[in-house]
Amino acid sequence: MTGKPAFEAIVDRYGATVMRVCRAVVGAGDADDVWSETFLSAMRAYQTLPADANVEAWLVTVAHRKAIDVHRAAARRAIPVAEVPDTRQATDALPMDPDADLIDALAALPPRQRQAVAYHYLAGLPYAEVASILGGRPEAARRAAADGIATLRRTYASAAAPNGATR
Amino acid sequence: MSTPTELTDALGRSLAPTSDHLYVLHERLAAAAQAEGLLDVAYRTVDSPIGALLLAATEVGLVRVAFSTEGHDVVLQSLSDRVSPRVLYAPMRLDVTARELDEYFAGRRRRFDVAIDWRLSTGFRSTVLHRLPEIGYGTTATYAAVAQLSGNPKAVRAVGTACATNPLPVVVPCHRVVRSDGSMGGYLGGVEAKAALLAMEAAA
Repeated sequence: MTGKPAFEAIVDRYGATVMRVCRAVVGAGDADDVWSETFLSAMRAYQTLPADANVEAWLVTVAHRKAIDVHRAAARRAIPVAEVPDTRQATDALPMDPDADLIDALAALPPRQRQAVAYHYLAGLPYAEVASILGGRPEAARRAAADGIATLRRTYASAAAPNGATR
Repeated sequence: MSTPTELTDALGRSLAPTSDHLYVLHERLAAAAQAEGLLDVAYRTVDSPIGALLLAATEVGLVRVAFSTEGHDVVLQSLSDRVSPRVLYAPMRLDVTARELDEYFAGRRRRFDVAIDWRLSTGFRSTVLHRLPEIGYGTTATYAAVAQLSGNPKAVRAVGTACATNPLPVVVPCHRVVRSDGSMGGYLGGVEAKAALLAMEAAA
């Protein structure tokens, strides 16, 4: 009888994707903590996860909650200001790299758009799953992801344009 | 002009962790899981003259030694099914076992001194395996002699089965059990591995 994969196989298979999602949603600075909390929490609950569960959607859901926890903790530490400052650290990409501009543009998106882009385009979850994580209806999740992608696309096109390189 | 696919590919690429980074995170996860008592099965692999060995340990002790011919993925799945799915690559718990195996294969160790978790063998098979460490380094015993030793002289075939399904080969020395006609009999790790172990022990 073959049951659940060993948890090692879950980390091996989804570790990189969850890291992309964490970096997209909370930025490089907090991504390691969110990743670690996500997998530790997942390991705690793994035995009770139904055998037919969508593991990737489950992990993204856990990561979503852990990201919220990290933001709340950061908010408790911070002195309230009118505008929430962007505490995300710069990624280690080169400044002139169009991909670095892209990450900056991603970080500048409204949270819901950023989350919708991460969960649909990076984790590959269908909009129904994205909606159940974010709350609201699938059409709203689709719209948030489309709006986010449209903004990123303008940034990416203008950043990639100067040297005229096609990618 | 960028297409959505190019864009999302670029995003995925820029956000991707390096394998070194993931390795460090994995290490941190294993340490945290160990500290919280979540690491039911830790495993690692070691190189040996008879091929790569997979070692797995519970909180109780060494629970599995597996030859590469068994398929390490298959072994991990079976540990997940039979012990617990909370399995992680976590070499630290197996440091002592790995060192003792190194010493054994270098001819500098004659018996293993690590805690054993016997849960993967039950009943008469377990009885048989518990007696095997009494067969001294560099010597052999017949299947019939081991049946006698295990309290059931007629159970020669069952002794064969117990040896063939030994979850802890090398450490629990089923390779020292041979046929009464002097031929070696089978071995899960292959007859050549059995011959190599017996030759090594005879020479040391």
